[in-house]
Amino acid sequence: MLTETIETVPIRSSEDIVRVRQKVRFHADAMGMSLIDQTKIITAASEIARNTFEYGGGGELLLEILRDGARRGLRLTFSDEGPGIADIEQAMRDHFTTGGGLGLGLGGAKRLVNEFDIKSQPGEGTRISLIRWK
Amino acid sequence: MDKIPILKVGKCLLVTIQIDMHDRLAMALQDDLTNAIVSTKSKGVLIDVSALEIVDSFIGRMLSNIASASRVLDAVTIVVGMRPHVAITLVELGVQLSGIRTARNVDKGLETINRLIEQSESTDADGDD
Amino acid sequence: MPANFEALASVIEQSEKDLLSRWIAALTAAGATRSGQTSDKELKDACGRFLKELRNALKSGAGEDIASPPWQDVREVLEEISTARALRGYSPVETALFVFSLKEPLFDLLRKVLAREEHLADVLIASGGVLDRLGLFTTEVYQKSREEVIKRQQDELLELSTPVIQLWDKILALPLIGTLDSARTQIVMENLLQTIVDAEAEIAIIDITGVPAVDTLVAQHLIKTVAAARLMGADCIISGIRPQIAQTIVHLGLDLQVVSKATMADALSLALKKTGQRVERLAARG
Repeated sequence: MLTETIETVPIRSSEDIVRVRQKVRFHADAMGMSLIDQTKIITAASEIARNTFEYGGGGELLLEILRDGARRGLRLTFSDEGPGIADIEQAMRDHFTTGGGLGLGLGGAKRLVNEFDIKSQPGEGTRISLIRWK
Repeated sequence: MDKIPILKVGKCLLVTIQIDMHDRLAMALQDDLTNAIVSTKSKGVLIDVSALEIVDSFIGRMLSNIASASRVLDAVTIVVGMRPHVAITLVELGVQLSGIRTARNVDKGLETINRLIEQSESTDADGDD
Repeated sequence: MPANFEALASVIEQSEKDLLSRWIAALTAAGATRSGQTSDKELKDACGRFLKELRNALKSGAGEDIASPPWQDVREVLEEISTARALRGYSPVETALFVFSLKEPLFDLLRKVLAREEHLADVLIASGGVLDRLGLFTTEVYQKSREEVIKRQQDELLELSTPVIQLWDKILALPLIGTLDSARTQIVMENLLQTIVDAEAEIAIIDITGVPAVDTLVAQHLIKTVAAARLMGADCIISGIRPQIAQTIVHLGLDLQVVSKATMADALSLALKKTGQRVERLAARG
């Protein structure tokens, strides 16, 4: 599998969440993803970017294009140095929220992508990566 | 900071969201709309989302909150023009938007709102008898 | 190992013409032209290009890993050849034969040229290894291009089998026929939602009379479609649920939360009523 890094996007304000959506849209479109696939990965990115900003105290998004034979995909890796998540299983559950949200962020985002990976330790930040194949 | 314009059309308020809103802007819209329902004595709110390319859980929650607040203020909220890929994604995300009325486009939405307003006015009148 | 590859490269370079003709002879004898399906010239071109790129790769110090960048040009030649063969209906064995049939003439040549050299055995092993990997690579490419063909055919079939019909003003019908798998249901449903927009429909009737069975995933897709249509301001009616399917739905504990009618006719009559339309029998004439 070949990986090509495209760019990193800082997530420091709520305007940056909009920029994340725009960047993801641009690259998903350039890859030739269908409208529905684009919408799914943009929406997932928006959810996770908001988590990074609100719970992680800000961080960044790394955008990469993956090639696996004829298959191409977009990988988004969100990382922050915030407080981390103690109970990942609980955080993934629908309607679980420590903030004021609907609590669909993590679990919902997972349903919108093909591959979802989360690594987090209390005090060591959180790293979430999403892959949507074309 | 930019604002989303709110138009008064008959007994309704019409909002057309045409830009990718950041979260604070969405919160501001929610406040502005709730205030406008009271200050203009509106009976209905029509939110046109046909230009939106995505609706995430935050915007979904904003729509739900507007609908709940307007219900308390005796106004009905209708979301119109949601596009198929947006609707599929919202459902997949797990956002139900239950309690929100929907319509295909602004015309249909206005028609429904006016019918609902008439209905509620006539039941109110019945109650007075 | 690079020393062995260098030796191999120089042997190929010295007798490239001879090797080429013997390889082509071996291929032809093995039936690689498939009685004219691939022309002699085409075969000769392909072999020539492969040998040239192989030699270049070996000379430029390419290692054993044929997925590494120095092997790029060799891989490209093989990809082209394997894809062409897959599309022409060659078998995987026939495709892999392209590389494997080079072994015999090449080994003969090595034995002859390096007869007195100590490292003959090493060169033979190294050459065998690299040809094996290249041969397997052709099979892999073959497999992938066949998969693409199948995928394309599936997509074409899907498009054929999912008609959304405008039944009346503002009313659409989607008659589903045959087994619904998850992928098909998803495409059908996306298609339906798009047609709702295009036709400015208010009601969509999903008729499943022709569907023999519904599993949890398909039922969930149905539920999601109804929910998505509702977000768009359209209602769905499901008609033609067979008794077994009704039982399955109950058994799976699914709540369809949707209006359902026994037949498409009942559904249409409800849809007409909801959209404020009526169909009347004309008064008897004459």
